[in-house]
Amino acid sequence: MKLDSKIPAGNLAEKWSNQKFNYKLVNPANKRKYEIIVVGTGLAGAAAAASLAELGYKVKAFCYQDSPRRAHSIAAQGGINAAKNYQNDGDSVFRLFYDTVKGGDYRSREANVYRLAEVSSNIIDQCVAQGVPFAREYGGLLDNRSFGGAQVSRTFYARGETGQQLLLGAYSAMMRQVGLGNVEIFPRSDVQDIVVIDGRARGIVLRDMVSGKIESYIADAVILATGGYANVFYLSTNAKGCNATAIWRAHKKGALFANPCFTQIHPTCIPVSGSYQSKLTLMSESLRNDGRIWVPKDPNDKRPPNEIPESERDYFLERKYPSFGNLVPRDVASRNAKEMIDDGKGVGLTGKAVYLDFAEAIQRLGKDSITEKYGNLFEMYEQITNEDPYKVPMRIYPASHYTMGGLWVDYNLMTTIPGLFALGECNFSDHGANRLGASALMQGLADGYFIISYCIGDYLAQSKKDKLTTDAPEFKQAEKDVSDKINRLLNVNGSKTVDELHRELGMVMWDYVGMSRNAEGLTKAKKMIKDIREDFWKNVKIIGTNEEINQSLEKAARVADFLELGELIAEDALQRMESCGGHFREESQTEENEAKRDDENFSHVAAWQYNGADKPEVLHKEQLQFEFVKPSQRSYK
Amino acid sequence: MALLNLHLKVWRQKNNEDEGRFVDYNIQDISTEMSILEMLDVLNEKLIKEGQEPVAFEHDCREGICGCCGIFINGRAHGPLKRITTCQLYMRHFKDGETIVLEPWRAKGFPVLKDLMVDRSAFDRIIAAGGFVAVNTGGAPDANAVPIPKHNLEKALDAAECIGCGACVAACKNASAMLFVSAKVSHLVRLPQGKPEREKRVFAMLNQMEKEGFGSCTNTEACSAECPKGISMDVIAQLRREYFRASVRQEKE
Repeated sequence: MKLDSKIPAGNLAEKWSNQKFNYKLVNPANKRKYEIIVVGTGLAGAAAAASLAELGYKVKAFCYQDSPRRAHSIAAQGGINAAKNYQNDGDSVFRLFYDTVKGGDYRSREANVYRLAEVSSNIIDQCVAQGVPFAREYGGLLDNRSFGGAQVSRTFYARGETGQQLLLGAYSAMMRQVGLGNVEIFPRSDVQDIVVIDGRARGIVLRDMVSGKIESYIADAVILATGGYANVFYLSTNAKGCNATAIWRAHKKGALFANPCFTQIHPTCIPVSGSYQSKLTLMSESLRNDGRIWVPKDPNDKRPPNEIPESERDYFLERKYPSFGNLVPRDVASRNAKEMIDDGKGVGLTGKAVYLDFAEAIQRLGKDSITEKYGNLFEMYEQITNEDPYKVPMRIYPASHYTMGGLWVDYNLMTTIPGLFALGECNFSDHGANRLGASALMQGLADGYFIISYCIGDYLAQSKKDKLTTDAPEFKQAEKDVSDKINRLLNVNGSKTVDELHRELGMVMWDYVGMSRNAEGLTKAKKMIKDIREDFWKNVKIIGTNEEINQSLEKAARVADFLELGELIAEDALQRMESCGGHFREESQTEENEAKRDDENFSHVAAWQYNGADKPEVLHKEQLQFEFVKPSQRSYK
Repeated sequence: MALLNLHLKVWRQKNNEDEGRFVDYNIQDISTEMSILEMLDVLNEKLIKEGQEPVAFEHDCREGICGCCGIFINGRAHGPLKRITTCQLYMRHFKDGETIVLEPWRAKGFPVLKDLMVDRSAFDRIIAAGGFVAVNTGGAPDANAVPIPKHNLEKALDAAECIGCGACVAACKNASAMLFVSAKVSHLVRLPQGKPEREKRVFAMLNQMEKEGFGSCTNTEACSAECPKGISMDVIAQLRREYFRASVRQEKE
């Protein structure tokens, strides 16, 4: 299979404009004849559903939650980047593009990233027009804060709830179209399969999560905007329901899966307190604007943090990276925290945490100013830990947070299945091997509001209308496959709960496929994941039937897919014998223990092709071309 | 950290047609560091192992922002503490040997689906009726073109923090959705972008609220007291002003 990224020719700054002009258009009167399915109603999905319906397409939007407003984009705290240069500090489209490519450790596509930076400003305008209340200065103009991996202030925010405000903006735009009859929403729908007819994506099969009915929906194109797969680690900052089922089913139907091993571990999360732990809570990266990260210099120093004098503290990020300090990118911050903890300098009862200290900022800016900026995060921290971060430093530890990998898409956001598009976190395209903070919201909304509406027209204008219905044999077969799988799950009747098995998988992923990876561990992990998978199909226990609300069954179907995807992540990590961004191979590091890339052999996207059950997947490579930025050893010193 | 032994009275209801009943469970060794949902996870693991059906409850982000979770705990929406969602309630706030009563939201507008889960799709329909600014994608003016005074912005954001969990409805004697509707009306009318449709919006959303079977406002402020985001009664006062203003203007026209 030849991977064609379809990057338009020409100068970087002109590619997207040229491409938009070259796209074929669908006549406004014809748009209502086309139906589009959108799976997922987060920033990318809701924005796409709204924008496409505004253009006149008929849209059906599906989500597993009880309302589209609950998609996990809502939990994003810190902000959204845009190259507005409102702060007069030298920002530009090119700088945002450059920071993103560098932050991704030169493993993303230049053209895609440039387009992202280019439309970033429109996103802010659009959101403000919808009534998104971004923070403002006293004069009434928009305020910005800084995020990791950037030396300019370009992050727009709404307290610590930026994701919520942006999602509610996209959700209301979509609900307006629901009221107008252009979008139909299907909450509590668990998409279980993608249907491909004559080589084109034509629909989905889902399980109605209330009645258990298996239902088919047909359309002229299918958009997946289903988010990331960080829940493969069991404990993550993702919502409990976040899953990879739709993208994994698409993968099994022929969509290539790109860079699965590029997973992001976020440095500032509240540490694990016990084995019953069900999820990890993020403390926004924005806290690193004012919080200082440290550990005691002496590993045996067990005094409470406030009793340790300045001279006996190691502000390790400020020491090692004087120019970026506490605002180094996430991968660097996480790895350094791990290093400190591995050296025995970890703090708290479990020794698996470092301090994030606001004492200096409170002294400098006053408590009120800190409350205004981070009040809700401080409250959240106190609820969980019973400690007051105004008085004692926060304890934080890295946690699985975001996945840069995802379905392979070309410049037009189309997967290797014609008519199947992937938007937002579920595609691989913009963040390379590491995503910068406040860029996920930017990508989700860029894809949903400003990119897909053009790409999809080009596809639809060139595809012929037909009279197919969900009676087509491909739909019937997919329905049968889904029913069979559900019955198989219900009939195992073993002795382990789904959560037990998921936790086992998570432990293997965290220990061997987590922050630091090596060939021996990855080989071992592949075998262990396979064993857990076999155990799952022999030993899982699900109570109840399909024809009712059955939360164990929902979870089981998701974990079954994670158990396959987990192995591919390990395989991808094993073959990528270099360190880059969030993927750290112990075999490949500089003398200062920084990630060492191998551009000669690995400057490519690894795209995996499914090859049948229990057969090794086939690796395809898309070579990355860097015409406008010269890859260098990333340095934040 | 301490361990608790607890007695639970949990509302079990197979589906919307079932009558439903309280079922008693005893549960041991619950860490005070657990959230109440993690306590329910532990209960469910135990039930599954014993071959009994686990308790269905809504949850997703487990960090207080998605608005999924919502359990009536000991007679209070989201439990005894102020300004948190159910998932943010930690077991350290309970005593060893305590009885905890868990019920779903009870309101005509929120039919029970199973155990502690209810159908809140009425909220989506209220938003679809008018809870938006009618702008299409593209063509928006520069975000700094219209300055917004910081005070107005902060007030708008206070109202916009609503997570749509439905605690206000559950807490209200009349099962009114007044706080939910008012929060959206207030958020949008405090911003210049929301002003052009202010009359239309307030009518459309209130009409839909009535259609969905929510009652009238009691003025008892239970909604605001139980709101996990602390949305203030001011928004309801503002909705009344908006409604009055819109009615007067409509008469003029």
